[in-house]
Amino acid sequence: MNIQACLRHRLFWPCATLLLLCLINFAFNPNFFDIEIKNGALYGSVIDILNRAAPVMLVALGMTLVIATRGIDVSVGATVAISGAVVAVMIGGTLAIQDGVQTYVANYPMPLAMLVAVLVALLCGLWNGALVSGVGMQPIIATLILMVAGRGVAQLITEGQIVTIYYEPFFFIGNGFLFGIPFSLYIVAAVLGLLLVLTQKTALGLFIQAVGLNPTSARFSGISARALVLWVYGFCGVTAGIAGLIVTSNVKSADGNNAGLGMELDAILAVALGGTSLDGGRFSLMGTVIGALIIQTLTYAIYSLGVPPEVNLVVKAVVVFTVCLIQSEKFRSMMFTSKQRVEDKS
Amino acid sequence: MAEQQPILQMQGIHKRFPGVVALNDAQLRLFPGEVHALMGQNGAGKSTLIKVLTGVESCDAGSITLAGKPIRAESVLEAQALGISTVYQEVNLCLNLSVAENIFIGRFPMSRFGIDWKTLQTKAMAALAALNVDIDVTLPLSSYPVAIQQMAAIARALSTDAQVLILDEPTSSLDEDEVGRLFDALRRLKARGIAILFVTHFLDQTYAISDRITVLRNGEFEGEYAAAELPRIQLISKMVGRDIDEAAFARQAGAEIAPAEDEAPFLAARGLGKLGSMRPIDLDIRAGQVLGLGGLLGSGRTETARMIFGIDRPDSGSTQIKGASVNLHSPRKAIREGLAFCSEDRKTEGIVAELSIRENIILALQARRGVFRFLSVRQQRVIADEYIKQLGIKTSDSEKPIGQLSGGNQQKALLARWLATEPKMLILDEPTRGIDVAAKLEIMDLVKAQCRKGLAILFISSEMSEVLRVSDRIAVLRDRQKIGEIAGNDADEPGIFRMIAGGEA
Repeated sequence: MNIQACLRHRLFWPCATLLLLCLINFAFNPNFFDIEIKNGALYGSVIDILNRAAPVMLVALGMTLVIATRGIDVSVGATVAISGAVVAVMIGGTLAIQDGVQTYVANYPMPLAMLVAVLVALLCGLWNGALVSGVGMQPIIATLILMVAGRGVAQLITEGQIVTIYYEPFFFIGNGFLFGIPFSLYIVAAVLGLLLVLTQKTALGLFIQAVGLNPTSARFSGISARALVLWVYGFCGVTAGIAGLIVTSNVKSADGNNAGLGMELDAILAVALGGTSLDGGRFSLMGTVIGALIIQTLTYAIYSLGVPPEVNLVVKAVVVFTVCLIQSEKFRSMMFTSKQRVEDKS
Repeated sequence: MAEQQPILQMQGIHKRFPGVVALNDAQLRLFPGEVHALMGQNGAGKSTLIKVLTGVESCDAGSITLAGKPIRAESVLEAQALGISTVYQEVNLCLNLSVAENIFIGRFPMSRFGIDWKTLQTKAMAALAALNVDIDVTLPLSSYPVAIQQMAAIARALSTDAQVLILDEPTSSLDEDEVGRLFDALRRLKARGIAILFVTHFLDQTYAISDRITVLRNGEFEGEYAAAELPRIQLISKMVGRDIDEAAFARQAGAEIAPAEDEAPFLAARGLGKLGSMRPIDLDIRAGQVLGLGGLLGSGRTETARMIFGIDRPDSGSTQIKGASVNLHSPRKAIREGLAFCSEDRKTEGIVAELSIRENIILALQARRGVFRFLSVRQQRVIADEYIKQLGIKTSDSEKPIGQLSGGNQQKALLARWLATEPKMLILDEPTRGIDVAAKLEIMDLVKAQCRKGLAILFISSEMSEVLRVSDRIAVLRDRQKIGEIAGNDADEPGIFRMIAGGEA
């Protein structure tokens, strides 16, 4: 009975997939689960995967809400680049002599730079939201505009250059450790916690589902669907903006062309792997986090198993395809019933 | 007719679904050249019987013979090849294709150079001409009203040389005029010797067109009757399985004390209109009264409701609530002013099918409270269970997706959604569409009970008898404008139809 309930739980298949991928890693690399402490910080494959998955987890969390409203946002990668460009240009770092020592100082105070970057990302999200809910554009078309134009905007901000950041405190965001755990994970935890509270302790979750499943009846019931959709896209922009800070801090530079490239697809994939239907409605934030971890663990496995680089995308595709099939209830019941029929006949 | 052989005979049909017996020893006979009505409440097994006949479902036991030969269709296509064609409730044609293409889709006449468009068009014209429809068949189907689309669907069904034509609720989206045209077409088909099986919820229509009636109840065959020999009340008793109190069918309004007319109405609309949709209309809706909107389909009934509720913004006129001028610019605003609106399209504008009954019931209340004044799941369950009990919604659990309920119970749950907001005025647009007779009566009783508690109600129905039964006053609409208003006591059906026809007022 308990096992039945467990099997039916919507997070069962995502969790099982993640576990399986970890076990495969472990089989080929017995040190996979090892964690050691160096300089008061935790190191190990698992920590590495968690840390590297942080930007996708963030973007995917915002994406989950967008998809739940029956939308999609393919501009998050470009938003990551814009946010990175803003923060890089504003912090930059010039060599200065302070108290007789050479140090790098920021062009603008770091908190201000980060705030502006996230606000710009919020504007990007609201722009998408306005096109979708105000103008009534198809979400994929509306966000495609920013996906293409956003890269241009990012390059305009960096004047076509790769801007390198020399200001050290900023590196903490993407590379630092707090109480032994990567700092970026705290950011993910904070955003996830905020979203869990908002969707479970307020009516936001119900409204998002209602709007995603049946926008007309949601509106007739008195939900201001337009404002809701607008702010959901805005929030998605914010999560992309924060991810942009982490990515930029990670590589200590902003590249308008390549920062966050393809991240929208990873984020959508993470949402799908986490069990949220792309048709909108029911969504799972925890599922999305696990989905992002599945993607990162898979990437890690492919590299650590030494899959030749020219085929690794194909391998990734095959695995993703299989995972999606296994998670599809329709597919599972199809397999199950056809097996049963064979048994009946014999 | 006794010596005539039935063209189609179904006997001893059994069908089980997991957990339910859908059909238990059901039977059906169709004679050539008759219109046969299949009647029964929701869940009586009408749809299943038709699905078995047309090969959508296979039956567990029983025999089907067509023209004396046993048949067992495994698919719709096979059934069609055998001469059994079906027209479904929802027109399932391709709106973007032309009428001609729709009629012959998959069976295009071919010439050496591909599809022979000329022949296609002539054949399509001929097929429609047989139904007395003369239209340009090269235009996309979407450019025609639903009635014509229905005709195209029938033409399509007949073009396969059908001997048996099944019509599943063909009239639910047609107005009276269009129903008349459909019936004309059916009579022509009847004359050609085609057996027609007609499934409907409308009693009037059953009697207008059918020769014989088969009644199903709880998956069992109740009986087969000649339509002329089965009074209406008896038919209902047979469908419901108990004697119906004739008084329940008599007028229910008027018995209450009429509220003083000089008291300010709860909602007063003055010159409310929208260009291209509804001409300026005056309406007074009073607390404790039912105002019925009478008129044919397309006369502007739904448009009026949508304007009042703020779904469509009127471009002229004003609304007053309790004498104070208000601007109801959105449903949200209207709800805040104490209005509630049960839309006519339950599926696309009412329920959120995948959400639970509980969530559906508290949706409007929660929306009114806003995002942050959240009702905990426990509070929600208390509210939902209360209304499930009060309105008699048949379900084992408030956590079930609402989409799994029957139409009548969905409608009750929607009623619960609005009653939970404790409205001052309720707009009911076709609250009984597609619902069986017993549930209809129940819903009408609920409406009257709420009204007695002081709720103002605006009631819309395409069944004039229903409007007459519940309304204290009736505003009659024609061609998107109000042509008069009469007290419920003074009104009768012919009188209102005379008004609509222009003979009076």
